[in-house]
Amino acid sequence: MTYNWDWAILVREPFLGWLIAGTGLTLAIAGLGWAIALTVGVIVGIGRTVANRPIRAASAIYVQVFRNIPLLVQMFLWYFVLPELLPTAWGHWLKRDLPAPEFWTAVVALGLFTAARIAEQVRSGIRTVPQGQTQAALASGLRATQTLRLVVLPQCFRIILPPLTSELLTTIKNSSLALTIGVLELTAQSRQIESNTFHGFEAFTAATAIYLAIATLVRLAMRRFEAGRSMPQAKQAPPMALREA
Amino acid sequence: MNATVSVAVASSTEPVLAQAPLLRIDGVGKSYGTVQVLSGCTLDVQRGEVVVICGPSGSGKSTLIKCVNGLVPFNAGRILCDGVDVGLGRQVDLVRLRTRVGMVFQNFELYPHLSVLENLCLAPVHVLRRPRSEAAERAHQLLVRVGLPDKAGSLPGQLSGGQQQRVAIARALAMDPIALLFDEPTSALDPEMVGEVLDVMVELARDGMTMMVVTHEMGFARKVADRVVFMDAGRIVETGTADGFFSEPTTERARGFLSRILSH
Repeated sequence: MTYNWDWAILVREPFLGWLIAGTGLTLAIAGLGWAIALTVGVIVGIGRTVANRPIRAASAIYVQVFRNIPLLVQMFLWYFVLPELLPTAWGHWLKRDLPAPEFWTAVVALGLFTAARIAEQVRSGIRTVPQGQTQAALASGLRATQTLRLVVLPQCFRIILPPLTSELLTTIKNSSLALTIGVLELTAQSRQIESNTFHGFEAFTAATAIYLAIATLVRLAMRRFEAGRSMPQAKQAPPMALREA
Repeated sequence: MNATVSVAVASSTEPVLAQAPLLRIDGVGKSYGTVQVLSGCTLDVQRGEVVVICGPSGSGKSTLIKCVNGLVPFNAGRILCDGVDVGLGRQVDLVRLRTRVGMVFQNFELYPHLSVLENLCLAPVHVLRRPRSEAAERAHQLLVRVGLPDKAGSLPGQLSGGQQQRVAIARALAMDPIALLFDEPTSALDPEMVGEVLDVMVELARDGMTMMVVTHEMGFARKVADRVVFMDAGRIVETGTADGFFSEPTTERARGFLSRILSH
């Protein structure tokens, strides 16, 4: 194989600028998508645990629909199908007047998809908080909503913080699917560098390194966040290590 | 049950409001589907009275005291607690009732994500709308009272079981309740920690706190209980003074129960 290695291409303009712009868009899509996912996910997750049947059913349907359709298909549905289904004026607005429609579509699709997954974590987190906690809170005169907000949810979030971290990392990686509807995020920019220069190895190595760096920073940040919010349980033996006799 | 009837008659002949019982449980029944957990429970508790409820496990003791503050809904009868008809279950009334009747649980149920001080301040600040500084000051006084003045900043998980239960009692007292319900407060404790919790409870009783205590601690019952209620299979089988109940239980079931728990 004769391949002309040229790592310098990564710091040459315009390619360096492309990588930086791509990284920025990746972070923006993941960050905004995550904000939507957390908001919607927490609401839907709580909705799955309330006594009200219609709310519970609606929340369950949301989770089923958004969790079981591939994210790629959801991106296409939001971008190509939705504008045609809406009243004409709205469709035109989505296609023509909304600035950067592909970017916002990617944010919404990623956010609503991830929300379904977060909702499931919130639901199981709420279930993990012992019933006695709820009873104690109610017995002290707190209302149901106060009990949820002050006693149940704070414990729920501490319990689900590790899986939430991994969900956030997945969201950052899933943002790369935005390239299929034309967002020039990090992966798309790497491809563009490849087709302009035929230096695919260098371009994708750079993308890989940047994804890894982002993930490492997120993990470190979440670990610090977690450490400040530990919740020691009394009388809890550490898990027994299984080993062969 | 005869005892309660006579109390009711006594209070109706003397038109002094203060003598109306603080708590009147009248023919309360509860079932889960076909399982009858409580039936025909009738009991009055006067202000300042300490009532100990005992009986074999599954006899409905915990369910009964959880009916009193509306934590467990019941299907039959009526509970009047401090003028609130608990069975009607109106949210407003229940909240008002629960601010006045505190509860201490078997497993402490301190909030593990909050410091001891925050545990004591949560309900006073969010339910009674007390200023934070006032609630904190009161919390510190109560921690002194239960012998844990230096634990305000600890998390519950860093305390022993006995210490946690004392904090839980302080948390209930932080609302300045007129009565306290105890649901097997020492059953989850290691034996060497039972004493420190009972000491706090004895002191409370001597200070005139109205208490309903589900417990098997017969020493505690003898020391402070004005009355002992024996339950079996969802019914109140026997009611009497502590001395009378322990030395001469009138029912066969109570005799059997006592011989089992006193034999070890």
